[in-house]
Amino acid sequence: MAYFEAKGITKFFGGLAAVNGVSFKVEQGQIYGLIGPNGSGKTTIFNLINAYFPLTKGEIHFEGQQLSGLKTHQICRRGVGRTFQVVKPLKRMTVLDNVIASSFLHASSRSEAVKEAERCIEFCGLTSAVNKIAKSLPIASRKRLEIARALATRPKLLLLDETAAGLNLSESEQAIQLIKNIRDSGITIIIVEHIMRVIMSISDRILCINHGMVIAEGTPAEVASHPEVIAAYLGEEDSAHG
Amino acid sequence: MKKHTGPLIILAFLLAFPWILQDAYYQHLMILVLLWVAIGSGWNLISGYTGQVLFGAAAFFGMGAYTAALLQFKLDISAWWGLPLGGLVAVIFAFPFGWICFRLRGPYFALATLALNEIMRHIATIWESLTEGMVGILIMQTFVSKVPYYYIALAIAVLSIVIIELVIRSKLGYYFVSIREDQDAAESMGINTVFYKMVSLCLAAWMMGLAGALYTNYMGFIDPKVVFSLHDISIMAILVGIVGGVATVYGPAVGALVMVAVQEIFRSGGFGLLPWLGKATGWPFMTTVTKYVSEAHVLSFGLLVIVVILYLPNGMVGDWESMRKTIFFWKRQTV
Repeated sequence: MAYFEAKGITKFFGGLAAVNGVSFKVEQGQIYGLIGPNGSGKTTIFNLINAYFPLTKGEIHFEGQQLSGLKTHQICRRGVGRTFQVVKPLKRMTVLDNVIASSFLHASSRSEAVKEAERCIEFCGLTSAVNKIAKSLPIASRKRLEIARALATRPKLLLLDETAAGLNLSESEQAIQLIKNIRDSGITIIIVEHIMRVIMSISDRILCINHGMVIAEGTPAEVASHPEVIAAYLGEEDSAHG
Repeated sequence: MKKHTGPLIILAFLLAFPWILQDAYYQHLMILVLLWVAIGSGWNLISGYTGQVLFGAAAFFGMGAYTAALLQFKLDISAWWGLPLGGLVAVIFAFPFGWICFRLRGPYFALATLALNEIMRHIATIWESLTEGMVGILIMQTFVSKVPYYYIALAIAVLSIVIIELVIRSKLGYYFVSIREDQDAAESMGINTVFYKMVSLCLAAWMMGLAGALYTNYMGFIDPKVVFSLHDISIMAILVGIVGGVATVYGPAVGALVMVAVQEIFRSGGFGLLPWLGKATGWPFMTTVTKYVSEAHVLSFGLLVIVVILYLPNGMVGDWESMRKTIFFWKRQTV
């Protein structure tokens, strides 16, 4: 059985199928990319994995255990961390306190939690901002804070939602390096990303979805040359002429 | 240790207070202040730190008060047993309430607590065979002097501040504040938000119930209108929290002192100043003013809240630095 597996996951909002019968497998240690045009259901898939929304249909398995049916906080305890596309820093807390609140999940004492939090903050390169109030941070740092907070819960699988969106070139280079470092520390990653340069360079495999359905799955090169993917992103070849 | 010097000096003063001021009237006011420290701390925990606004502090306060009264009145057990049991009963009621109502967020939860407040008041009014309804329950006070009550109230007030201090330094405190700042983020950080909101509510209810039980013992008389009062207890608890400083350890203490003082100034016409002026000048106009001022204390609460929200949005403790600077600057300007 695969390390992480989604089987035919489906989510209806009223009559609209936001995600419809999506299945994919992620092996341990991979960076698994999730792409698709705007509104294709990428973030919804994340929200289904960590039970922010309940599944309409389908099953999710992680390390041989069923995740579907658990609550969000239980899923986090099982080792699935996530970041949000629209970052959700705990605004009126300092960066350190943000991460401490997270690291208490596996820490038995305050000093242990602080130590773990400082380690995660350093790993994400936020040490200089450690005592700043979270709402005063610029967007690039807020995204790093999201990651630091997710890492502090000691995930085995990390869901990264548009970590490089809204960042400039050098910031997104740093983000790529950070993601690679996370993978090298032994954490499996599923990443949603719009910036093709980022996702093509770091993903081991890519799943492309459109209108909530899978249109292609494979290595970055396979997906990039897939006609349906090109159609979804650039339009049909014929309609471009017409 | 240096951090605790200020509070310890104040504590020493409070311990000596009944000897410094032996007037029973001021001792009575201080007992009220200390009771409000406990209620305000409870409110601050659930609403200030955890961000779940509670409009129904009186529900838990009243449960504690009625527990103590009914122990004596129905079971003939000393009302002092109400102190351990009153808080417990409040928690027992808070538990199912939280279990159901913490599925509501923001204003909906606040409204549910308001409803709980009113439900409890009506139950206490209508269930006459148990609570004597509007007639109320009268019990014998244990002490004639106010001093023993003062020390018990002081112990409860200190206990509630110590609990807040311990809680906010621990994992619980981080979790409570995380829930306040962003429930979805907290949930995805592995925090069981419903459970920790329950913990916060139960702790708060316990403090309020404890204060209620002491109130019964101290006043010797309770009725539904007084202990389940929306504006005298529930709104007052919110004011104590807001004026003193939301989500600050010593906020409720400062808020309690200010609010009881404001309430008393209006109720007694400026500590007897206005009635005295009326008598001294002999103007019927002054008597009218006195009458209106003493009836306008609720209005004064409204004005105070407006001033605090406009100029000290974090309360007197939270905005202490800027308050000090403003006063300092203002002084320098006049020189």
